[in-house]
Amino acid sequence: MATSTTFLDTNELVLNMGPQHPSTHGVLRVILKLDGEKVMGADCVIGYLHRGVEKIAENRTYQQFAPYVDRMDYVAAVSNGLGYCLAVETLGGIEVPERAQCVRVILTELNRIASHLLWLGTHALDIGAMTPVFYCFREREEVLKIFEKYCGARLTTHAFRIGGLQYETYDTFEKDCHAFCDWFEKKVVEYEELLTTNRIWVGRTKGVGILDAEACKAYGVTGPVLRAAGVEWDLRKAQPYCGYEKYDFDIPTCAGGDTYDRYIVRMQEFHQSVRIIRQAVDSLPEGPIKGRVSKVFKPPVGEAYASIEAPKGELGYYVVSDGSTQPFRLRVRPPSFVNLQALDEMCRGCLVADVVAIIGTIDIVLGEVDR
Amino acid sequence: MKELLKAIFFVDLIKGLAVTFRNQKPSLIYTEQYPKERPFVAERYRGAPRLNVHPDTDETLCIACNLCALACPEQLIVVGAERNKETRRKELTTFTYDVSRCMFCGLCEDACPVDALELTQDFELASYTREGVIWDRQMLEEGPLPTEYKH
Repeated sequence: MATSTTFLDTNELVLNMGPQHPSTHGVLRVILKLDGEKVMGADCVIGYLHRGVEKIAENRTYQQFAPYVDRMDYVAAVSNGLGYCLAVETLGGIEVPERAQCVRVILTELNRIASHLLWLGTHALDIGAMTPVFYCFREREEVLKIFEKYCGARLTTHAFRIGGLQYETYDTFEKDCHAFCDWFEKKVVEYEELLTTNRIWVGRTKGVGILDAEACKAYGVTGPVLRAAGVEWDLRKAQPYCGYEKYDFDIPTCAGGDTYDRYIVRMQEFHQSVRIIRQAVDSLPEGPIKGRVSKVFKPPVGEAYASIEAPKGELGYYVVSDGSTQPFRLRVRPPSFVNLQALDEMCRGCLVADVVAIIGTIDIVLGEVDR
Repeated sequence: MKELLKAIFFVDLIKGLAVTFRNQKPSLIYTEQYPKERPFVAERYRGAPRLNVHPDTDETLCIACNLCALACPEQLIVVGAERNKETRRKELTTFTYDVSRCMFCGLCEDACPVDALELTQDFELASYTREGVIWDRQMLEEGPLPTEYKH
């Protein structure tokens, strides 16, 4: 990290970046303290997209709340739905059938690809590479088409229900997934051709926004940001859910913990997700898709926490039940919110232009930060 | 030396541009010319709600059980019913569906025991007034008319 004072520390300039700044990925306001072009500190002002989702949960039944979680991280709505369903299923002691678990894995991995694609496109656009965003959205469209065919919605999918699934897979589901995987693998190579060795890209990302493993752990940062710092931590391996222990995949890690390493980790995750989807589609078992859940679902008094590895990091849901049809309290542990806290540490000593790259590299969705 | 030559001849740049030009093929164009070209939506698409009627008799399929109104997270469905003195059955009188608040989660159509309420493939829901998006029974049974665009 750079020193905190320079020979010209006569006055400090305070610059408001956002909430209308296009590179803040929504409505994030960052108050930058500048010394010339150098960033001395960054304060985040959040809450512009606060909708009180946790409070809404207290006035909805367990089934009724499921569509709302899609609206937190709307880029990875399926992952949100899975986290919520897992928490309520843990609370109510509901067994989810094998087939439902397998379909859940396929859809969440497809969603991971879609989320990373959006990240790659917008992040590259922020840094100045116009081309990838068009290609990324084209590939993302294919994922969204699979979602639309499966559950009838593209973005806020509401694909999972408590106890399993509502919809049986459609006729060509397996074929579509395989076709997508085959096609997409070639496309990832194309993105790598565009960016990985590009000297502008490397210049803009290497050594920018370094967050080492110690700092990551101190801030509670998870997901690709943590893995880029060299910590091999992935909840799919650390505490498997939905039968992830059956699939063969690696956890991509890097050592540097800078923006470029985070890019490399996410690019590797594309390949790993494709690997998981292929295995899951091939091993899709027959059977029921929904466990036994009564229409008026009343979980026993108690509390449960379930967390999943969402595209952005550890996504946890903590549900407290008082024995009625509605949650007594619901708390979300969103990965974006926690990861955003490290922004100040990452920004110090950087230039203003690098702040844009750093906000992009944490991969935040403001819907999830503010809830 | 190799690195220097690479830097002089912009090898990384040319590599990237090759990708750009590879994607110029017209068959790879994805943009849909929306009002001219109608998008194809999936069979399970959750769009405009519809209250189904019997195809032969034109009578509503709804049995006024109120389950959709109970399932709705936004409580935007209001079912009005009257008990028929002769048959002693509940009969539907009014049905209001506030599309402006709907988030198309599909819980109402899942709850419907007779497949009367359904989310259809229609997606053009715009209206000039706020009242226009609160659909009554007649609107729900007829469905929105697809707009023809002239230019």
